[in-house]
Amino acid sequence: MIEIEQLYKRFGKNEVLKDLSLAFRQKGIISAILGPNGSGKTTLIKSILGMVLPTRGRIRAFGEDIRGRWTYRDKISYLPQIARFPENLRATELFDMVKDLRQRDTRDKALIELFELEEHLQKPLAYLSGGTRQKVNLVLTFMYDNPVYILDEPTAGLDPLSIIRLKQLIHHEKECGKIVLLTTHIMSLVEDIADEVVFLLDGHIHYRGSIPQLKADYQASDVEQAIARLLAGEESPEKAFTLNPS
Amino acid sequence: MNKILKYSLYDLVRSRWMFFYFGFFLLFTLGLFWLSPDISKVAISMMNIILILVPLIATMFGLMYFYNSREFTELLLAQPIPRQHIFLGQYLGVAGSLSLSFLLGMGIPFLFYGLATSSDVGLFLTLLVSGVLLSFIFSGISFYIALKNDNRIRGFGLAILVWLLLAVAYDGFLLLGLAHFSDYPLEKYALGASLFNPIDLSRILILLKLDIAALMGFTGAVFKKFLGSNLGMIVSLIVLLFWVLLPLWSIRRASLRKDF
Repeated sequence: MIEIEQLYKRFGKNEVLKDLSLAFRQKGIISAILGPNGSGKTTLIKSILGMVLPTRGRIRAFGEDIRGRWTYRDKISYLPQIARFPENLRATELFDMVKDLRQRDTRDKALIELFELEEHLQKPLAYLSGGTRQKVNLVLTFMYDNPVYILDEPTAGLDPLSIIRLKQLIHHEKECGKIVLLTTHIMSLVEDIADEVVFLLDGHIHYRGSIPQLKADYQASDVEQAIARLLAGEESPEKAFTLNPS
Repeated sequence: MNKILKYSLYDLVRSRWMFFYFGFFLLFTLGLFWLSPDISKVAISMMNIILILVPLIATMFGLMYFYNSREFTELLLAQPIPRQHIFLGQYLGVAGSLSLSFLLGMGIPFLFYGLATSSDVGLFLTLLVSGVLLSFIFSGISFYIALKNDNRIRGFGLAILVWLLLAVAYDGFLLLGLAHFSDYPLEKYALGASLFNPIDLSRILILLKLDIAALMGFTGAVFKKFLGSNLGMIVSLIVLLFWVLLPLWSIRRASLRKDF
């Protein structure tokens, strides 16, 4: 459903994505897009959403080239990384706005209940804590029943209970045959919910495979270890350092 | 676009800054009336405030709003709406709420002092129109600068520079040039030069209405001489409207090419 061909993106002199080709076709699969800082994860996601305009290459969503288009975004839900909203709006007004923009059936009530947001709905968004704002963000993302979900660091700022509920929610979407793309730095989350890993390094796809395959390839007991071996080669991921001024 | 406009207005009319801005105009205008009941003196003081302060506040507020709502803009960009609508909607929200604060803050004292019945309604309307046009022009310029510069410090620096150039330095340079080439007939050049500065144009518009020759300055006098009061006002108004459209068009263009 999402096909990326020879995607190349440069910011000034800085090459971020180098002729990257990638496709997400299979329904009911959660793909974790991983990679060190600056490897191009966010740029890749933003290119799919049309927020970053590729220097070269083509992206197709649901069979259509996305260049210059915007209607396809109605079928994609995106959870942005930082949840900062207009300070003087209330959460309900924010939900109303997105409903107003999309004009489709929503399931926000169930989600507000799931994340226990009722008491915060009437407060200006500036007064909400980071974790609560992230919950508002999650409701905004999941309130539409879409074939594709793109989640950028979904657990940022959440308490353990909310993380459990979020995992439940993502799992439910997977069962319903959705495509979920996820970026995170928390390997246990990948281990728990992802089906496959796409590992970006310097704007290339360095590795793509299912979680069991990844572990087998790197003879690791968990994802964290596998990723560490993938990155460090044969070396140990730990590095000797001194902090005291000499 | 209307929906974005609606919600950014919801957000902005509740903002503390808008309230201060409204309060400032209200108190200032009331204070002027209290000091001098002569309406044309009040109008001249108001003119100076409008010409200097309205562009400055509109520029700074436009930048602040744009940079502060960056993350929210990203959320909107992921929604199924064309991206130029997002920025045009936000821009109209900022320019509209600034204009509203200004209109109410200045309008209430004028009405209170019984202007609706006096013969100075035309002058009062000219003041209001130029204030609103300047709000639109300068918040538009600031939005364009913000779209082009992700670095806030650079954005603010550039915007201050543009304001300084148009509000303060432009006249000085123009006069220097005119003094230097005073042996030549320069009226038409001066006329042309004032078209490139919306603040100058607004000044001319108001002073032509006030009809005080001593305050008109060189460009104003040239306007009056060549075009007469009425045609001069119409020309300056049309060029000012063009100045409103220019940033609007640039915002649209820049928003279609930008990476977020």
